[in-house]
This record gives sequence, structure tokens and C-alpha cells, in this order.
Amino acid sequence: MGETLRTYEEINEKVKRGKAVVVTAEEAIGLVRQKGLERVAREVDVVTSGTFGIMCSSGAFLNVGHTKPRMKISEAFLNGVAAYGGLAAVDLYIGATQPAKDDPLNKVHPGEFKYGGAHVIADLVAGKDVHLEAFGYGTDCYPRRTLSTWIALKDLNQAYLYNPRNAYQNYNVAVNCSDRTLFTYMGVLLPNLGNAGFSSAGQLSPLLKDPYYRIIGIGTRIFLGGGTGYVSWQGTQHNPGVKRNEKGVPLSGAGTLAVAGDMKGMHSDWLWGVSLRGYGCSLALGIGVPIPVLDEETLNHCAIADEDILAPVIDYSDAYPNGTGEMLGYVSYAQLRTGRFTLAGKEIAASPLSSYSKAREIANILKSWIQAGSFQLSRPVALLPGPESGVIFRNLTERPANHHQTAIRR
Amino acid sequence: MTSSRKVVLRFPPQAANQPLVCELSLKFGLVFNILRASISPHREGLMLLEIVGEPDRQEEGLRYLADKGLGIEALSQDIRKIEERCFHCGACVGVCPTGALTCDRESYLVSFEEKQCIACEICILSCPTHAMEALI
Repeated sequence: MGETLRTYEEINEKVKRGKAVVVTAEEAIGLVRQKGLERVAREVDVVTSGTFGIMCSSGAFLNVGHTKPRMKISEAFLNGVAAYGGLAAVDLYIGATQPAKDDPLNKVHPGEFKYGGAHVIADLVAGKDVHLEAFGYGTDCYPRRTLSTWIALKDLNQAYLYNPRNAYQNYNVAVNCSDRTLFTYMGVLLPNLGNAGFSSAGQLSPLLKDPYYRIIGIGTRIFLGGGTGYVSWQGTQHNPGVKRNEKGVPLSGAGTLAVAGDMKGMHSDWLWGVSLRGYGCSLALGIGVPIPVLDEETLNHCAIADEDILAPVIDYSDAYPNGTGEMLGYVSYAQLRTGRFTLAGKEIAASPLSSYSKAREIANILKSWIQAGSFQLSRPVALLPGPESGVIFRNLTERPANHHQTAIRR
Repeated sequence: MTSSRKVVLRFPPQAANQPLVCELSLKFGLVFNILRASISPHREGLMLLEIVGEPDRQEEGLRYLADKGLGIEALSQDIRKIEERCFHCGACVGVCPTGALTCDRESYLVSFEEKQCIACEICILSCPTHAMEALI
């Protein structure tokens, strides 16, 4: 099992010559069933994974260039959406879920959230002009105070996605046990277990193909939004120590990735601004990760199929919002993909928030890039914290404000 | 042979308070099912109606309503899926009560069958990309 079959250098040499044998994760599952692990591990160099879903913890750094006279932007709006300016003079960060400043939000529930940070990012990637309105308080070195202009992606010095948490390894299945309709980030949930929402690409999802983070790490080159990106860190809420089944698949949301990539190489097909009724706006994004088949164990993980992946069913009327930790049961992705599953004797319609057809397309595009020799695999410079690392996902322990003040006085 | 069709009726102010729809049963022997009804502040009414009966009798019944001043449109024109805005997540499929929106289990592409649609508009609430549109 542990014997090394090939190294990154050997794979990249084959990639360069257009000789690398690449299959998608779906194909790998079929091949291993048909020919057996040992034979396929000898034949296949790389397995490609993919996911296309709504990933809220996303955003972009933009350097808009200096004005004359210079200005230290402290407050900025892009098409009316606030961007964070608490950085150096003309660096901005725009977050995917930031609503437009005049958005009525949920004042009339459920709010529409028609335009926000993710839409600004999508408009920039689409090559559209975006209006920048900015304010500064004025300094000797940065005297200018106001700015109103148009910007476009091609004119920006740097524009890169920097997403603190993407590509969740497994996720909840959301249901609603109450008697009213809920509007959540997992979609519209009808009362009395009227439907269920789920969100992972399952057997195509990158971190479910590398459950113990043996391959995907800091510096892994990836498909990001139609261009090239990199894994830059463990994602926020990375939680490797959760319970796993006998195949190593986490039984709930576990590992996550922070990723970065140049927006100038991205394409609108793989990066969409979305509006989740009653919840907010967000970014739908495509990510694909290549997995080099270094040994049989790597391929064994790549062959994890939808029936091996179980997701916890959570009540979004109580257990989720109140953080009770209560779970109603498990359901496999194979079952979810049929569009129906049974819970407590009731048949429930299940529908995804992520696009399986686009996840499949991403795995195929990445496969074609590698086959064509235009995408080399990179060895991570550091691996992500694993199950034994002690890294856990904590809830906030609230301390009364007066206690805090006492501590400061001391 | 009986068949079923869905229509959108628009009631102008002068017709809004007349009991016209029940005449479909009394005069033309049609069965109807009110899928949705609303009256706007200007006293204009809108009704989504499923009509079941002989096609000839349906035509006669609808002609009768048209003569009384009601606007009549086929429902299938009123809810549509804008293909280029759809990334085929399937969020609409699980909430659609009639199976008008379905996901193919091979290609995982979402498609919309207008004939099955009762214009409940839950898909419009659930679609993250505004791909479903109501023209009613």
C-alpha cells in the first residue's frame, strides 16, 4: 500500500511530454471497480476533482492604482457595495456577502439581496466597468479626500480572489422541522420536512478525494474560477478531528481550504454572483484540484464513491440556528443524488445548492489542461493540519463585557 | 374526451365583482380549480385557473369570459426559465410541487416543463441566480 509509484517530478515530466494519464474522480471510481486498485494505480498518473457551489467566505483584493494627488482610501464603494479600505492607500478588499449600502436587507422578509460583493467580483471578471466611490480623511502625504470614477479589471494593478474558506469537506443536509418556511443559505426549506438542501459535490469534491490531507496542501496549484489558483492556507473552521467512517470519510463538515488566484485569468462561466432569498448574496465558484496518484492509498481515496459518503441531516429551524449540535440522522450522497430520501418514515425531496454538472465539467477541463501539458502539478510546501494535529473548531466562549473591562483596567 | 389546461384570467375593474368563473361549470359543464387569485389595489383581479372538460366546451367557456371583458392568457407563457442564467444547481427541483422542474439523473441538468407548471412561483424564491422569471 505504502510503496511510492511515482513522484511529482516524474508526473510533471510526463505532463510536459503530453503523456500523462489523467482521469476524473468519477472515471477513477469506475476504473477501480472494473480493473482493481493495483492495476489502475499503476496506469493512472493523476485524478482530477471538481466542485461548483456557493462559497460565502470568498472575496477579492484589489489595488486600484494611485490617484493624483494621492489619496489614502478609508471608505470605498464599488457599484454601491462597501469594500474594506483599512489597508494601505489604494488596497481594497471586497467580500462576497457584503450587501449594497442601500439594500433593504430583510426589512421586508424574505429580502431579495439582488446585488452585493459577489456580484461586483463577477462584474469585474466579466470585464464590466464598475463604479468606485471613495473617501479619505486627508493626510500630508495623501491629501485627496474624495474620488468618483470607473474601474475595470484590465486596469487594476492586482485583482485576486483571496477566499478564507472554500471547498468544505462534506457538509450538512438542511431540513426544516418547524411549521413555517425558512429562507436559509441552504435554500428555501419548506415546513414539516417539506424538502432538504445539500451542498457538496460528493464523490467529485476535492477534499473528499484526499480525506486525510496527504496530498492537498499549501501551494497546491488548482483550477479556480476558470483560471489558475493556489491553496494558500488551511481554510477557516478547518476541523480535521471530526468522526470518520471506516473509509476515512468525515461524517460532517471537516477540512476546508483557503485559496487565492488571479482574477485576470478567470472566466464568468465559473464565478457567479448569487442571491439567496432572505439570507444574502454570495459567490458561486468553481474549484478543481488535481490529485497525483503517488501510491495505491492515494487512488484508494480517490475511489471513494457517493455511497461511501454520509452527510448529517440537521434541522435548520432549531438545531442549526441555536447550535444545539443535535442531528436527525445520516444520508449518503448516492441517496441524495436520487432526489429523495427517507427520514423518520417520511420521504423528503432533496435538492443541491451546488451544481454537479458543473463540478463534472471542471474535473474534465482540468483533465484536458493536464493532458495538453498546460497545467503542471505542484508539490505542497506544507500540509494542512490532519486529524492528529489537535486543530479543532471551537464555538465562541462569551465573556461578560464587565469582566473584559476589569481585565483591561488591570 | 376531456382535457386540462391552465389559463391566467385578468379581471378589469367592472368585472371584478361579478361571479363569472362559476358560469364555467353552470353553463359549460367544466370543472375548474383555482390555483391562485389576487385583487390589486385598483380592483383589478388576477386568477390562475385550471379548467378540465371537453376542449370544445373549454373554448366556448373561455369565449364567454372574454365577451364579459376578461383578459385570457395561456399560463405557459408566464413562467419561464432563462437558460443562460441557470447553472443547474437544482435548488428549484426539491421545492417544485408539480415536478415541472426536474433534474436529469445522468447529466444532472435541470429542465423546466411548462405544461406541468401551476405558477406557484416557489422556484423564483429558491433560485439563487434569478433564472426563473414570472411575467404575470
